Amino acid sequence: MTDTTSKPGYELTERDEGSALVLYLQGRITLGDADLLLARMNDAVAAGNPASVRIDLSGVSYMDGAGVLTLLRLEDSIRKKGVSFTLVRVPEEIRRVMGLIDREGLTRSPLRAEGGPVGIVEGLGSASVRISEDFAAMMAFLGDLVAAVIHLLRHPREVRWEDVFFYVRRVGAEGLPIVGLISILIGLIIAFMSSLQLKQFGASIYVASLVAVAIVRELGPIMTAILVAGRSASAFAAEIGTMRVNDEVDALVTMGFDPIRFLVVPKLIATVIVLPLLTLYADLFGILGGMIVGVAGLDLTAYTYLQESQRSISVFFLNASLVKAAVFACIIAWIGCQRGFQVRGGVEEVGAATTSAVVTATLLIVVVDSAFAVVLNYL
Amino acid sequence: MKGNRDTAQGPDDPVIVVESLTAGFGETTILENVNLKVLRGEILCIVGGSGCGKSTLLKQMIGLIRPDNGRVLVGGDDIAAVDDERLNRIRRGIGVLFQSDALFGSMTLGENVALPLSGFKGISAETVQLIVRMKLGMVNLVGYENHYPAELSGGMRKRGGLARAMVLDPQILFFDEPSAGLDPINSAELETLIRGINAGLGTTMVIVSHQVDLVLRVAHRILMLDRGAKGIVAAGSPEELRNTATDPRVRNFLFRGEAAVGGR
Ligand SMILES: Nc1ncnc2c1ncn2[C@@H]1O[C@H](COP(=O)(O)OP(=O)(O)O)[C@@H](O)[C@H]1O
Ligand SMILES: [Mg+2]
Repeated sequence: MTDTTSKPGYELTERDEGSALVLYLQGRITLGDADLLLARMNDAVAAGNPASVRIDLSGVSYMDGAGVLTLLRLEDSIRKKGVSFTLVRVPEEIRRVMGLIDREGLTRSPLRAEGGPVGIVEGLGSASVRISEDFAAMMAFLGDLVAAVIHLLRHPREVRWEDVFFYVRRVGAEGLPIVGLISILIGLIIAFMSSLQLKQFGASIYVASLVAVAIVRELGPIMTAILVAGRSASAFAAEIGTMRVNDEVDALVTMGFDPIRFLVVPKLIATVIVLPLLTLYADLFGILGGMIVGVAGLDLTAYTYLQESQRSISVFFLNASLVKAAVFACIIAWIGCQRGFQVRGGVEEVGAATTSAVVTATLLIVVVDSAFAVVLNYL
Repeated sequence: MKGNRDTAQGPDDPVIVVESLTAGFGETTILENVNLKVLRGEILCIVGGSGCGKSTLLKQMIGLIRPDNGRVLVGGDDIAAVDDERLNRIRRGIGVLFQSDALFGSMTLGENVALPLSGFKGISAETVQLIVRMKLGMVNLVGYENHYPAELSGGMRKRGGLARAMVLDPQILFFDEPSAGLDPINSAELETLIRGINAGLGTTMVIVSHQVDLVLRVAHRILMLDRGAKGIVAAGSPEELRNTATDPRVRNFLFRGEAAVGGR
């Protein structure tokens, strides 16, 4: 970010000549000066209440487009008061810039009001993975990502929050139906399979705890993560890959933006917010699925079923599963975006990148989940 | 000269110097020992057949890729050696119109053009809006700020990309294949804009293109790259090259169908 509010490179001098006010501008006038300069000049005119205003530009060494625009805006506001306005001793360069400005176009209303359709990114294809080079690239990208996150933790106002909310909706809200459906079915299946065995021993009530433990500790987080990897890691890769093909990423860099802060961090934040919530939601639906079997097939009441479920879930494992979900979220955003940035050539590579994003993210999620299982066992 | 210039340098100082630049991808060398200067205020066209390394050279000049060997000096700074802050300042003085217009599809044209302004604090929304309209006006796109790029024609998108490249009043504008994919009418309109902006704002321009007709019409100076030579095979104004170039590669590429030197 550039702070333009510090010391201006110009000077504004006022001189009263009877009924005329002369404003003498000197030095460099650029974008960052525009608003303040306009206010200062308007104030000077309001205070002096002159019949005519003259702006002398002979001392201006440089004026950018925003500076020239400021003069035009000043002219408009002064003319509106019925005060006459003239620019004098205008350097040739400024005169030429003014010649390029379509003044009437500055105030004409747009052909279309704000808000309209948005384009959607697409792409499908086959996968190819080169392991060792690939690993190095993934790690290098992870390093950049961590650096970007650290930077934005220090400067939270630079985070593009509107993008974060956009992806919260994309990843979360739009993932609700499929996550709910799959979870309910998994709950049903586990309850049904285990009830066949447990009924023989008259231990039907344990179906509830078996379902609850399996869902909350393992299946909830991992199923949700795999589903989101399928939906969102691929979408991230496709989006960024397409931007690479269209030179949009290069354009960002040349405009002075860090593409990782700009494109990746909002997706990362959104996924980390959403995945734990989706996991809780999946847990709930999984238990609901088990309860359907318990109530319909095993003559348990809903109350006993839920009580038994609740007894078997420890707060520790619930928290651990949410931490797991947050880690999986990082993997999804990291791999999805990294695959997108790997696109070098044309559109056809975008398809490969999306597939590879899903495969790699899923693989990493399962590996990390196993690591969690081992570690949590010893805690 | 006391002028509307950003620095106290004279008019003949080069704004970009490329010194014995060597560049390539992996094992293959694309450019070998290339030397060139971009002069203040000129329209420099870099031409050559497809795949001869024009885009690669352009990306080197804006610091998107680093040279394998040699240096690129922008305003006296080695673009591969400066710190991030300086690099960002250099980049703010550079505008680039990419081959595909590189407008962001998820933003309106107005938001695209306003994007570079978002890097500055303390600029009111009204000022941003007026600057956007001013730049859109300069490229004949008044009124289109709420359209999405997908709703604009190819020529309009190109001009939109130009408006975005110009929004911070760069000293140097780069164009990669500006007329690629444009019909002759849109191409001619873009040419007029290029010339008008160069004359009106004094912006230095570097245009990379294989379209000879465009280049011969807008260039103050032409550099021709050749794939086999991996570097520059001809340099000069269109007139100089037309009258003096004897190299068959140059004549065939630039003046195909015209009589050879001395043969008229
Ligand atoms: N990212 C890249 N990786 C590998 N080779 C590349 C890459 N970009 C360009 N090339 C190769 O470099 C050569 C020059 O490319 P380029 O500079 O785009 O040519 P031009 O713009 O003159 O058509 C071509 O042979 C191209 O295949
Ligand atoms: Mg090219």
